[in-house]
Amino acid sequence: MVSTTEIEGVYTREYGRAVAVLTRVLGDIDLAEEAVQDAFAAAVQRWPETGLPPSPAGWLITTARNRAIDRLRREATRADRHAQAALLHAGHDEPDEELAVRDDRLRLMFTCCHPALATSAQVALTLRLLGGLTTAEIARAFLVPEPTMAQRIVRAKGKIRKARIPYRVPDEAELPDRLRAVLAVLYLVFNEGYTASSGERLVREDLCAEAIRLGRVLVELMPDEPEALGLLALMLLVESRRPARTTGGGDIVLLADQDRTRWDRALVAEGQALVRRCLRRGRPGPYQIQAAINAVHSDAPDAEETDWRQIVTLYDQLLAMTPSPVVALHRAVAVAEVDGPAAGLRLVDGLDLGDHHLFHSVRADLLRRLGRTGEARRAYDAALTGAGNVAERAFLQRRGAELGPS
Amino acid sequence: MTRYMLSVYQPAGDPPPPEVLEPIMRDLDAVNQEMRAAGAWVFAAGLHDPSTATVLRADGDEVLVTDGPFAEGKEHLGGFTIIEAPDLDVALEWGRKVAHVLTLPIEVRPLKFDTH
Repeated sequence: MVSTTEIEGVYTREYGRAVAVLTRVLGDIDLAEEAVQDAFAAAVQRWPETGLPPSPAGWLITTARNRAIDRLRREATRADRHAQAALLHAGHDEPDEELAVRDDRLRLMFTCCHPALATSAQVALTLRLLGGLTTAEIARAFLVPEPTMAQRIVRAKGKIRKARIPYRVPDEAELPDRLRAVLAVLYLVFNEGYTASSGERLVREDLCAEAIRLGRVLVELMPDEPEALGLLALMLLVESRRPARTTGGGDIVLLADQDRTRWDRALVAEGQALVRRCLRRGRPGPYQIQAAINAVHSDAPDAEETDWRQIVTLYDQLLAMTPSPVVALHRAVAVAEVDGPAAGLRLVDGLDLGDHHLFHSVRADLLRRLGRTGEARRAYDAALTGAGNVAERAFLQRRGAELGPS
Repeated sequence: MTRYMLSVYQPAGDPPPPEVLEPIMRDLDAVNQEMRAAGAWVFAAGLHDPSTATVLRADGDEVLVTDGPFAEGKEHLGGFTIIEAPDLDVALEWGRKVAHVLTLPIEVRPLKFDTH
């Protein structure tokens, strides 16, 4: 007997692969999606009786292709130009041999994250086509009304088709830029999952899990790209702390106060191994450095034993690669641990980040540690104005209240 | 192959003086030659000032005539090139060259009918 859960598992694992192969075979994303959905519908009917086929992905792809061709033949007789073109396209390729070609998902990733598409469209398409998330799920995850998200996806797919955004892995000259866009989309999905920008809950586990899953696919497909390894390591190490990051009641627990026995040791080990593997290649990049910073935290049995000097050094490197005030802010936090809160505050006060809630929250904490209670309270208030999600707001309110009555 | 229109958007006001414009036009011509050599070039045109435009609007059986461009703006369509390219990446590559030469925004937009 094949359970619904098993079929859902196959769906999650294989949807992106099937859509990717069918997109190449049919030359059209909408047709590919339709065909794959047809095939899954057939699987739900058949598999409970027949059991899982030896290669569920192969079965799905062959079924999807056959059904798509049947449908196209029916439509092509009605002189549908679009269907004829797709049928012509489908005639070229035998999907079985294509199963061996693992590049299809990679092609699809690069198409979804093409720079001619807005970032919001890149994210939506990646989750839809590679992650197999429904439009409703993506809309919920990004707190956008479903019709808005549906329109965003339809427009993006329309642009891919009409403007002929190519379906291929970019050549070597373009690859660094284009890969950066793919990595940025995965990290954006992960971050939205990790610190939901608004709403009730701090973490949307489903988005984190999806970003990590796609990160693994990318690493499998591009094992020699150190930044892809770095991003996966970064996500795994951050994710490893999730069980300790909130209390049972959903309140935020800062890194320094987390119960480190609750960190997911398997994820830590995997993340650290990846950090070592990518850094050995000697081509450091921003994701690798951020992963390395997180690996230093993961190394420390408790907050006091954190090697903050090492972290400052890594932030120096990161700042040199990506000079941004937000990176400088994080560096200042590390400096405060090495040289004291006054040194950290001096750096923070030199940053032009007045509208960033994290800036005020870091300042507030440094002022609190320096005993400058009144200023700390005002900084917590400023941080509260900008913070989006309920858990973050509650944390800032609690911290502000701990300063005592004004 | 898909045809794309590369539209040049230029700011309102007088064009730059000849000593600035001439080298730019020379470079643009070189890009056009390169497009021709690659078989990508289909057609190109520069437009006169928007003040030379006339707009016609159907109104029942009548057609109203107004002086001036359809939309007044800080930028207007100054010219365009139609190219043929296998995909958007190739079209963007040509657009990039034009943008680089003109230092003006270039809009790349697919035409509706493919040529096969």
